[in-house]
Amino acid sequence: MSHFKAHSVLPGFNLALGFTLLYLSLIVLIPLSALFFKTATLGWGGFWTVVMGERVLASLRVTFFTSFVAAIINAFFGLIVAWVLVRYRFPGKRIVDALVDLPFALPTAVAGITLAMLYAPNGWVGQYFAAHDIKVAYTPLGIVVALTFIGLPFVVRTVQPVLADVESEVEEAAASLGAGRWDVFRRVIFPAIYPALLTGFALAFARAIGEYGSVIFIAGNMPYISEIAPLLIVAKLEQYDYAGATAIAVAMLLISFALLLFINALQWWSSRRGTR
Amino acid sequence: MKNIIPKLLSPLVLVALMSHAAVAAEVNILNASYDVSREFYKNYNPLFVKYWKQKTGDDLTINQSHGGSSKQARAVVDGLEADVVTMNQSIDVDILAEKQLIPTEWARRLPNGSAPFSSTSVLLVRKGNPKNIKNWNDLAKSGVAVIIANPKTSGNGRYAYLAAWGSVIKQGGTPEQARKLVTSIFANVPVLETGGRGATTTFVQREIGDVLVTFENEVGLIKQEYGADTFDLVYPPISIVADLPVSVVDKVVDKRGTRRVAEAYLQYLYSPQAQEIAAQHELRPRDAKIARKYATTLPPLKLFTVDEVFGSLKQAQAEHFKDGGVFDQFYIRK
Repeated sequence: MSHFKAHSVLPGFNLALGFTLLYLSLIVLIPLSALFFKTATLGWGGFWTVVMGERVLASLRVTFFTSFVAAIINAFFGLIVAWVLVRYRFPGKRIVDALVDLPFALPTAVAGITLAMLYAPNGWVGQYFAAHDIKVAYTPLGIVVALTFIGLPFVVRTVQPVLADVESEVEEAAASLGAGRWDVFRRVIFPAIYPALLTGFALAFARAIGEYGSVIFIAGNMPYISEIAPLLIVAKLEQYDYAGATAIAVAMLLISFALLLFINALQWWSSRRGTR
Repeated sequence: MKNIIPKLLSPLVLVALMSHAAVAAEVNILNASYDVSREFYKNYNPLFVKYWKQKTGDDLTINQSHGGSSKQARAVVDGLEADVVTMNQSIDVDILAEKQLIPTEWARRLPNGSAPFSSTSVLLVRKGNPKNIKNWNDLAKSGVAVIIANPKTSGNGRYAYLAAWGSVIKQGGTPEQARKLVTSIFANVPVLETGGRGATTTFVQREIGDVLVTFENEVGLIKQEYGADTFDLVYPPISIVADLPVSVVDKVVDKRGTRRVAEAYLQYLYSPQAQEIAAQHELRPRDAKIARKYATTLPPLKLFTVDEVFGSLKQAQAEHFKDGGVFDQFYIRK
C-alpha cells in the first residue's frame, strides 16, 4: 500500500489511474460481470451440473490440451522465426516479416476452411499424411494445426523486439571469453528473452482457448474426441440456454485466468531471479 | 420562449406531414431471415415492391438480414428491429412468442401453419450410387459413411435425424426400432459439421462420405455450383416436411407503424407468382397448380410432418436434442 502514498515524480498519476480504471471497467469488467450475472441465475448447483457434465469436461480437456500443444509449438518455432528476422539480412525479409501478421488479419473461418481443405485426406498436404495412415483434419491434430496457425504472431511479435535489444556485442564478449555457441544462447540470450517468450506463449495459449471460427471447420466435432468447449457454448445457445452457455464460458474464463496468473507469476519470479 | 417555439413549429410540422401524405410515402421494412434464403428473397422482394407500389403508391425498401436461423431469432429477441422473420424452423419463431414479441398462436395467422413453402430431407450420393443407397436403413449399413450436420447446431441436421426416425414410425415401427436405426446411422457419421453448408463442403469438396443427407433446396444449389453430373439425387420412399415458417414481429411493427405492409409482404408469399419463384429455388410450393408445374424437379413424395410423429418441433427438440436427450445418448463415452 505504501506505493499509493508515495508521490511519484511523474505528474498526473490520479488522472491516469482514474482513466485506466474507467476504461478497463467499460471494456472488460462490465461485459465480464454481465457474464457472471447471467451464470448466477443458475445457482451453484446448476452451474456445477453444467460444468461437471461429462461432455463439457471432455471438451474442456480437448480445448486446453490442444491450445497448450499449439502454444508450445508456437513458442519453439516462433522463437526461431523471430531469431531469423532479427539476426539475419536476406532479400525479401520485409515480406517475410509482414507474412507473420497475416494470421491476425485473416477471418478465422477462412483460415479454418483453407486449412481443412489442405489437410483433408484428399488435400494437398493431407494426402501425404493419409498415405501413412495419419489423419490430420477431423482429429485433435487438426485442431492443433488451426490453433498453431492463429497463434503464431503472438510469440514472434513479443520476442522480436526483446531479441533486437540483446546486442550482438554481448554475444561477442561471451564468445571471446570462451563460451561456445550453445552456452551463449543458454546463458546470455535465453535469460534475456525468456520473459518475452513466456508472454508470447501465454498470449498464444489464451487466444487458442477462445478460438471457434477456424477450429470447427477442421475439427470434425466428434463428441468426446474433437469437440471443443466453444462449440458446446454455441450448441447451448442454439437451445436458447443462455445461462448454460455462460456457465461454460465462466468455467473457461476461470481456468484461463488461473493459468495466466500462474504464467505471470513464473515470469515475475524469473525476472527477479535474473536481476539478482 | 419555451411556449412559443412549439407553437411556431407545429404549423410547420403539419405542413410537412401533409405534403408527405400527398406524395407517395417511403416505407422500409427489415426481413430477418436464415442463410440460404438469400437468393429467394433477392428475387421475391422486387416482385413485392412492384405490387405494393401499384396497390398503395408507396415506395417500399426491403432490407434483408441473413444468418443462422437461431442466431437471427436471438438477435430479434435481443432487440434487432425486424418487421418480419422468415425462418427455417418453427422453434426459432416460437422463441419470439416465448419472449412476448408475438402472440403464441402465430402459426395460425397464415395458411399452412404460417409456412408458405417447405423443403424435405433427401439423400445425395456419389455418381452411379456405388453403395446402392435407396432408403433410410441403407444409411445404417456397415461400411457406409454418412454426412449429416450436427442436429444440435443445425436445422438441416435436425430434420435429417427426424426424417430417419419418422420413417420407421410411419412404416409401423416402434420408437425402439427407430432409435436403433438412428443410432447406427450416426455411428456411420465420421464428421459432425456444425451447419448444413459445412456438411455440403465436407461431402462435395473434401470427398468424405458416401451419402449426404440434406435439404432438397440445398441439392439444387450444389448442382448449380458443382455440376449435376458428379452426384445422384436419391429420394427415399418416405421423408419429412421441413416447414419454413414466417411471422410478423408484432412488437416491432406496432412500434414502427408498419403492420399493414409487413402483413401484406408475408401474405403475398402465397400468391402464384411468389410460389413460382419458390419452386424455381427448389422450395416446395403450397399452390397445387405451381406444384404440378414443377413436378419434374420437385416430384410428389410420401411425406410426413413433424407434428404427426413428434407432436411438434418443440417437443422433438426437448426429447431428442436438448442436453442429455436421445441424440446425446448416442455418444456415450467409449
